[in-house]
Amino acid sequence: MLTISHALRAQIIAHARRDHPDEACGVIAGPAGTDRPERFIPMLNAERSPTFYRFDSMEQFKVWREMDERDEEPVVIYHSHTSTEAFPSRTDVSYASEPGAHYVLVSTRDEGDPEFRSFRIVDGSVTEEEVMTGAPGAAADASDSAVRAVDATLAEPE
Amino acid sequence: MAIEVRIPTILRTYTGGAKSVEGAGDTLAGLFSDLESRHGGLRDRLVDEAGLRRFINVYLNDEDVRFLGGLEAPVRDGDTVTVLPAVAGGMA
Repeated sequence: MLTISHALRAQIIAHARRDHPDEACGVIAGPAGTDRPERFIPMLNAERSPTFYRFDSMEQFKVWREMDERDEEPVVIYHSHTSTEAFPSRTDVSYASEPGAHYVLVSTRDEGDPEFRSFRIVDGSVTEEEVMTGAPGAAADASDSAVRAVDATLAEPE
Repeated sequence: MAIEVRIPTILRTYTGGAKSVEGAGDTLAGLFSDLESRHGGLRDRLVDEAGLRRFINVYLNDEDVRFLGGLEAPVRDGDTVTVLPAVAGGMA
């Protein structure tokens, strides 16, 4: 399951829409071992293509080194598909190299529906997972539980 | 002679889980052959018949080795080599 704040989810979707018709891509870093996405890092798509994305080599080096220094890891790796569904393609699967990351896909093929979905990709195998959207730090607080129930409903494919 | 080589998560199966290993060589090619002698199979993940694999980024200190001569890039004691699989994908 991916737990992510409304704000971060919105930032991913906004980035995808801004870069359409090129594929958008990026990372959300979080403290190592916590599985919490916290720090939004949109990346340049060095391919600048509507059908392919690739992190710029030096930008990736800088971001990965920075995460290492901050004791973070890439919790979410996201990208957009601009004319197909938000599901990992064969190339997405073959290049997936962070087994601990949540691979988030959105699609910009339909202006009204971002199709925000999340997947684990491990050893060439894809598993879709639930997305739980909420406010950061929304833990077991009784007064928030009703809000979280509504959020969980909204997180379903719209 | 020690050159530190930083290994990404997916290649740590070749290094017994180690994030970093040491090696020796005068060029990147020599260094990779040296690593292969202790971590069998690692070299094949980095290099193919044409040279450095296209979707593996290798950095010598702070520079991408593609701009330093690729496999022929000179390396020396005290250098740090970092390997990062490219993050990439597409619709097909």
